[in-house]
Amino acid sequence: MKEIVIISGKGGTGKTSFAASFAYLEKENAVIADCDVDAANMHLLLDADFRYQEDFYSGEVAVIDEENCVNCGDCKEVCRFDAIHVTDDQHRVDPISCEGCWYCSRVCPVEAIDMKTQKVGDFYLSMTKAGSEMVHAKLGFAAENSGKLVAKVKNEAKKLTLANKKEFLIVDGSPGVGCPVISSLSGADLALLVTEATVSGLHDLKRVYRLVKSFNIKSACIINKYDLNADVTKEIEAFLEEENIILVAKVAYDETFSKALSQAKTIIEYGDSNLKTEIEKSWQHIKNITKELK
Amino acid sequence: MKITIASGKGGTGKTTISTNLSSYLAIGADVVLADLDVEEPNSKLFIEGDLVFEKACDKRVPRWIKEECTLCGKCEEVCRFNAVIKVGDEILIFPELCHSCYACSELCPTGSLPMIPQKIGELKHFKTENLDFVEGRLDIGEEQAVPLISQVIEYVDEKFSQDTIKLFDAPPGTSCPVIEASRGSDFVILVTEPTPFGLNDLKLAVETMRVLCQKFGVVINRHGIGDNSIEEYCNAEGIPIIAKIPNDRRVAELYSKGELIYPKIQEFETALKQIAEFVGGIK
Repeated sequence: MKEIVIISGKGGTGKTSFAASFAYLEKENAVIADCDVDAANMHLLLDADFRYQEDFYSGEVAVIDEENCVNCGDCKEVCRFDAIHVTDDQHRVDPISCEGCWYCSRVCPVEAIDMKTQKVGDFYLSMTKAGSEMVHAKLGFAAENSGKLVAKVKNEAKKLTLANKKEFLIVDGSPGVGCPVISSLSGADLALLVTEATVSGLHDLKRVYRLVKSFNIKSACIINKYDLNADVTKEIEAFLEEENIILVAKVAYDETFSKALSQAKTIIEYGDSNLKTEIEKSWQHIKNITKELK
Repeated sequence: MKITIASGKGGTGKTTISTNLSSYLAIGADVVLADLDVEEPNSKLFIEGDLVFEKACDKRVPRWIKEECTLCGKCEEVCRFNAVIKVGDEILIFPELCHSCYACSELCPTGSLPMIPQKIGELKHFKTENLDFVEGRLDIGEEQAVPLISQVIEYVDEKFSQDTIKLFDAPPGTSCPVIEASRGSDFVILVTEPTPFGLNDLKLAVETMRVLCQKFGVVINRHGIGDNSIEEYCNAEGIPIIAKIPNDRRVAELYSKGELIYPKIQEFETALKQIAEFVGGIK
């Protein structure tokens, strides 16, 4: 089994469109994981059927029992997250600010603060129109702990891939360089970096690659919209060479991405196009790279 | 006046709108733009200015003082984040897991775990002719963006008067970092694009804003590239559409070079004018 994690640092570089196309090409031979739990989109392109749902609990939130509370203010004093406020002469917890650290409940002299586990999202298993199984999730509104939900999606997808003896696990990662991305990357065999030929694309590629490098994961790159800016493309290529990152493909600026998306189709299904050919070649190239990995 | 520019989906044009809008508004008002996308800060690429201030930002984590510790294990017991662990006769601390709640430090009977600062990123303040720009930048490998975001907001609040227009370029998504970047603002502009991804993520962002009881409106970027579903959704939900920015490859080309758009593309300037008028009418 080879785990390929697709990340980009910057949003909107085409990461999910590529990931969904690869998934479509590989059919039932791959398991798909959408780790962008903050703004999950892959299910739209792969027509996921949401056949199994599970509540995801993580972290806790303080709840003050107003009957027993003596309004001494000890809780408010120790809270470092400004989560306890007095309204109408009563101490109350703002659940959005509460970190679930328990400090207030430990110092309350009358034990009037309970810690309640919080549902922070939904976890799903689906079949896709490509015939593959897909693991995905939806983070609750204004919820925290996306890193833990990402870890859950990844772990379940990995188990599924191994149990069903599938060849590939294709993971759509999240943007940025913080906790969800760190969770997405852990244990990957190959990081596929999707960037674009813009100054922001290059800037974000360099930052996210430093993270990938610290995990010691083999890396490959697709430069999207390479014809937007020849100078930046050159700079990206120089960076890839310097860091020994394999250049998989340079893909031209193409509104087919948006057009296919508007019909909820992967690029592969949308009909013959240069883009389709590029993506087919890219996936073959990526598969060849993974064959050489131990 | 504080305005956050956010979006569920990444790459919809938050930074393009933040940088252009701040530059446009700065022609006739005091404006500060703060880049709160601390994981991948990009705004600086579009703004040339002189560095006037910089500082390291930190979070507080406990440090173990062996000599005073009685190994009672209270610290491990009270930490909900597995950041403090007793192994044999040692107390191990994992700073990246620490949420800085101070419980271990303040509940330690011997005061053996003082909280000390640990660097998580940097804040930089730049000045151009008529625009102030503040950037937060998270160190690579740090997991928690929120403490840095709140320090950047704090800096902006302290440094600039009530009369200054404060624009915050938020990170993508709908979780903790976005909430931190949005909750103290007077208004949130949600930038989206007319595709199923844009719509899906806009809905998530709208629900998040509603949980926060936050006032918000929508700017549709790359208008014309997809379908009408965003407009239909906004109309059905009674969400104001502040402006529609036409899809235009020239915008992508200017953006790719790190250039501002509105001085060169009339339609873009018109959209900024609509946003400025809308924002001027709030409150």
